[in-house]
Amino acid sequence: MTNTTTSTTTTTSTTKATGTTTTTNTIASDGFTLDPADRAAILEERAHYPYPQAASIEALKIVQKRHGYVPDGAIPAIAQTLGIGVADVEGVATFYSLIFRQPVGRHVILICDSSSCFLTDYEELRDAFFAHLGIGMGQTTADGRFTLLPVCCLGACDRGPTILIGEDLHGPVAPDEIPRLLEAYA
Amino acid sequence: MSRILQSASERRAETHPLTWRLHDDQSPVMLDEYRRTQGYEAVTKTLEQHTYETLTAEVKTANLRGRGGAGFSAGFKWSLTMKGDDVPRGYIVCNADEMEPGTFKDRLLMEQQPHLLIEGMILAGFANRSKQGYIFLRGEYHRAATSIQRALAEARAEGWLGADVRDSGWDFDIALHTGAGRYICGEETALINSLEGKRANPRAKPPFPGQSGAWGLPTVVNNVETLCNVPGIVNNGADWFQALSGDLSSDGGTKLYGISGKVKNPGLWELPMGTTGNQILELAGGMRDGLLLKSWLPGGGSTGFLLPEHLDLPIDFDTIGKTGSRMGTGLLAVVADNQSMVSLTRNLEEFFARESCGWCTPCRDGLPWSVKLLRALEAGEGEPGDIELLEQMARDLGPGKTFCAHAPGAAMPLASAIHYFRDEFERGVTRPKGKAHADPIPVGSV
Repeated sequence: MTNTTTSTTTTTSTTKATGTTTTTNTIASDGFTLDPADRAAILEERAHYPYPQAASIEALKIVQKRHGYVPDGAIPAIAQTLGIGVADVEGVATFYSLIFRQPVGRHVILICDSSSCFLTDYEELRDAFFAHLGIGMGQTTADGRFTLLPVCCLGACDRGPTILIGEDLHGPVAPDEIPRLLEAYA
Repeated sequence: MSRILQSASERRAETHPLTWRLHDDQSPVMLDEYRRTQGYEAVTKTLEQHTYETLTAEVKTANLRGRGGAGFSAGFKWSLTMKGDDVPRGYIVCNADEMEPGTFKDRLLMEQQPHLLIEGMILAGFANRSKQGYIFLRGEYHRAATSIQRALAEARAEGWLGADVRDSGWDFDIALHTGAGRYICGEETALINSLEGKRANPRAKPPFPGQSGAWGLPTVVNNVETLCNVPGIVNNGADWFQALSGDLSSDGGTKLYGISGKVKNPGLWELPMGTTGNQILELAGGMRDGLLLKSWLPGGGSTGFLLPEHLDLPIDFDTIGKTGSRMGTGLLAVVADNQSMVSLTRNLEEFFARESCGWCTPCRDGLPWSVKLLRALEAGEGEPGDIELLEQMARDLGPGKTFCAHAPGAAMPLASAIHYFRDEFERGVTRPKGKAHADPIPVGSV
């Protein structure tokens, strides 16, 4: 994170449904503006805990849901929204494997690489994904459609080998089923 | 979605307290149906008849042992929680971060019967004088999250949660907290750090969470299956719970057993504690055609490998503990005769190396080193001394030598694989000393 600057600006927006005018603080940092809806969602999460830091992981997930990943500029924006340190948010953002710090494809394919899927030949499935998509682990297809990542045991070992695409769990997946399976993900 | 392989007609309230309500079509049991089938009766009974001391004593007498893998008595844990009129009320946290390789039981309970977990948490909250409950759910369990959120709203609307629970004057609520990956979050003090919005590094003990846990307040962390056992104990008593396992085991209750790997019919069954490995393998229809069982893990990636001869043993905490392995979560993973123990061990150590939080040196640096040696042995490029070095590492990563149980968990399959299948490892030693694996292989590369 270099040359990060944070500034607070006040914007005015009109809510059509009620016809009332509300004033919200949006934070622009590093060219990043926290969406007002996301900011509201983060503050709502903050209310679930006795201290604001507890909402930092959920805040990162909220930003990621909108942008697909967590841009650098979102870190100080989240920190300021929650009133906690930038380093605390950065530390969390770099620790958790499901927080992405660089752009990913429209669909992230998480391939379970734990022991039960290993015992049901996940390595063949993984290699078939590599061949079909022409990418390796941690890479994104050139058309920005798919990113491949490994994941801890998905807790569906009776259906190994398993994968998770978005919120969809698939298993058992045979290597030759990949093309048909991926058709549903444009 | 996980499946219970016993049909609804086989599961009864008296003998299958965890699963008797579940539908064959796997649709969730929600509030109306749950209430029609004894749901929340344990909370009513507790509010009318129990104090926090008598409830804790009942669960302690039942000898409900932690189903997350450690097997620590839940009632005893509760009795250690700091509580009293001069102590601030703390938290009951459900460890729903199910990520132990080979484990898929908590998913079933949360997806299909969220109210049983909520009822168990209310009871645990009462026994520990907690003010708030948190369900720490792994981020990948989307269906479970939906199910739990729906159930929390239903329970709140009917007054089982919130201010003045069922006009008892007692306040208690539960919130769902979803994670963002990392196996280490399942370690209870790492889980507390993660709940607080920090990196999931484990904390030093003491102080134990029961004294100072989440936000410095008394905190109890229990596994999903453990908490789901509490309503039955309250409704039917400690003696009934003990009798569920009959003469099979000194541990009371039933267990959600399961099996994965190359068996004909992998899945889950609710069976008396102390069911043998052979019985579970038989329920799964045995190995797939043409395969023989070579080895098995009794309850997750952090348990030690066992041999076919151990399948006769009752799978409970003490019996499996005596073999040098651990019962862990009680979900078996079988290794077929045509599968390599070296490759499987390499896979397991890659997992533990990647999932190390990096806090303490033996774990952070030792586990990638073991992966490097195992990859060399797997490729047939090992050198004399490699196996002995791995054995030494398994000792040096053992209990008491690292900050938490992560590295000891990694050491268990490593040490047992070499102990029982040393010949497979020796076949990988082909090079003269000093010539092998000069180039470090980065962990995480494929």
